[in-house]
Amino acid sequence: MNPITRRTFLKGSLASGVLAVAAGAGLVKPTSVLAASWPQAAFEAKGIDDALKALYGSAAAAESSAITIKAPIQAENGAVVPIAVSTTLPGVESIAVLVKENAQPLVAAATLNGAAGYFSARMKMGKTSDVKVVVKAQGKLHTATQQIKVTVGGCGG
Amino acid sequence: MSLTKIKTRPSKDVAGATEILVLVNHPMETGQRVDPKTKEKVPAHWIQKVTIELNGKTVADVDMGVAVSKDPLIAVAVKTAKNGDKVKVSWSDNKGEKGGGDYVVGAA
Repeated sequence: MNPITRRTFLKGSLASGVLAVAAGAGLVKPTSVLAASWPQAAFEAKGIDDALKALYGSAAAAESSAITIKAPIQAENGAVVPIAVSTTLPGVESIAVLVKENAQPLVAAATLNGAAGYFSARMKMGKTSDVKVVVKAQGKLHTATQQIKVTVGGCGG
Repeated sequence: MSLTKIKTRPSKDVAGATEILVLVNHPMETGQRVDPKTKEKVPAHWIQKVTIELNGKTVADVDMGVAVSKDPLIAVAVKTAKNGDKVKVSWSDNKGEKGGGDYVVGAA
């Protein structure tokens, strides 16, 4: 057995740190290799309209009162903001959640096939923002918006 | 490391439906956070896709970005689910790691 002295341990951890940086620099887009069906353009879009266009091919969504957003009006911790979306619209195909003020607004998009019009998740929010929910039902886009106030941001730690 | 927990319960928001909850223990690094010790950015590491199947049929396919919280908890509701139905969850992240689990609707 090699006794692990403090010095060798430090050397080892330094080396692995450098490796990690190199990997990070070399593989700028590790995502492009994997998950071919993951809508990368939609998630990397910097604006809500761009994200929707990349995701659904259109950003034209009609306000709908048939969408219910269940989320806190004020979130104490922006790192964990619960949100639940339910809708009574028939034929729901997809539900997307977008945070307007996040650098990349699209949080998640659920493609539903046989599931009811309901989706819930927990998301990160950088600061107080409008949260937009888009529901695709029978080929049409419907939307609802709620503002969530954030006291402590959840990005950057 | 990455533990996947699945649970079902009667939905509170959709009458008559069964809610399927999926919890995955995952760091969900955004790629923006700086490690306080090394002062280096922590590489992005997040779940991109979660697929929920019921009796072998995909009912929900969730695409996620980095803005989903650490240890993601997601839920969908299925009206046709009944006790004894088989739920299968599989997820994959941007580093190619995969995980998942099985569950029987109504199991304790």
